Amino acid sequence: MNEGPVIPDFGQAASCVAENRLFCPDWVRDNWGAVFQPALIEHVKLTVIAVAVGFVIAFAAALVAHRYGAAERPFAIFSAIVYTIPGIALFQLLVPFTGLSVLTVEVALVGYTLLILFRNVLEGLRAAPPEVLEAARGMGLTRRQTLLRVELPLALPAIVAGLRVATVSTIALATIAAFVIPEGLGQPIFSALRNYFKTEIITAGVLAILLAVTADLLLVLAQRLLTPWASARRLAT
Amino acid sequence: MSTFIDALQFIVDRRELLLDKTWEHLLLSGAAIGLALVLAVPLGVVLGHLHRGSFVAINLANVGRALPSLAVIAIGLGFLGFGFTNVLVALVVLAVPPILTNAYVAVDEVEPEAVEAARGMGMTPWQILRRVELPLALPLLFAGIRTAAVYVVASATLAAIAGGGGLGEILFNQASYRVEGLVGAAIVVSALAFAADLLFGGIQRLLTPRGLRTTVPAFEPDVVPAGTAVVR
Repeated sequence: MNEGPVIPDFGQAASCVAENRLFCPDWVRDNWGAVFQPALIEHVKLTVIAVAVGFVIAFAAALVAHRYGAAERPFAIFSAIVYTIPGIALFQLLVPFTGLSVLTVEVALVGYTLLILFRNVLEGLRAAPPEVLEAARGMGLTRRQTLLRVELPLALPAIVAGLRVATVSTIALATIAAFVIPEGLGQPIFSALRNYFKTEIITAGVLAILLAVTADLLLVLAQRLLTPWASARRLAT
Repeated sequence: MSTFIDALQFIVDRRELLLDKTWEHLLLSGAAIGLALVLAVPLGVVLGHLHRGSFVAINLANVGRALPSLAVIAIGLGFLGFGFTNVLVALVVLAVPPILTNAYVAVDEVEPEAVEAARGMGMTPWQILRRVELPLALPLLFAGIRTAAVYVVASATLAAIAGGGGLGEILFNQASYRVEGLVGAAIVVSALAFAADLLFGGIQRLLTPRGLRTTVPAFEPDVVPAGTAVVR
């Protein structure tokens, strides 16, 4: 890394930028539209696509594993192996196959969501108490009806909990993705690292944290709205 | 497949480099986990014992889990500059929430009947904590520690961008070490995360009183979701 800060040439740099002080609000305001806003939008896109695709795959796999128990182990092992690969390594390793593209990043991000989503969906589906399943059978519900009307609603809290963890960790991993393709909030971090420009590093870092915390809060809200009975129970006890 | 064999070859040929970087990696991760344990376990256990501060303990974990490690390291970099200290602070910030929350929940959720019975036997609060609550809280407490340990070992790879050394220096430098170096270092990092989990699993087993000893679950990287499933 550099010996001391090398100040980038921004024309007539404000003294704050020239001295590389901790945080220069003016610079952030001037560069919001060119640097931070696009990075933020890209970051949201990367995350939404990865979690959505990961969810579809993991959900399907969990349904299969719920029906045929033998299918659980292979998928669990596969997703666990993917999960242990360090992020920076996986992003780079995929480049020879999918190029320096968004696809590379998405494949890796999807891979990392699988373990969490698969486990939570499956555990949620299995959480239905035997009495409840018994009652469903007694009411003459078919297997499909039991799944749709009993098991899935009961699995919702676990599913949303999984989505929360997956979303938040995808936001984190997507910052690292910028090491491979210049997209998302990691991009200003990596580019500012080169010249140790504090304002840009800190702003991008704070934005990434705010994005993750906001996404987490939104999903909690969604969880409350989707499962009103859960909060009713919380109040009852 | 040949990449994999090349990577193993790299591990053998460059073992001195790898040992060097692994040592840095372990020093950094170990210091971070140690500091986080000292800070978070007593606080979480005491809060759980008193059944106070659930709002802080649980919300801290939610916010903490949401912290992207690169962002934390980047912010630390802005404030503290390049080097070991910045990365250490960032890793401690990442490790504290899961440990603190699990310690809190573990002690807080010990069956009230067990605590009641202990009080009926005339135990002091300190005895109740040491002899009843802590042993019963161990599995959940350690789930949090193991989550944090795996997370810290994995995140310590990012230390390299902030001058903190470690195996990340190889991962971030594909230009010098090529694909085999990348895969080789990735294998070592995964093995370290695995070993960290095993280590704390072993400590958990040692600390669990014989009467409570069932099988401590072997490594399943579900330590991450499991730790989080606790705090929905």
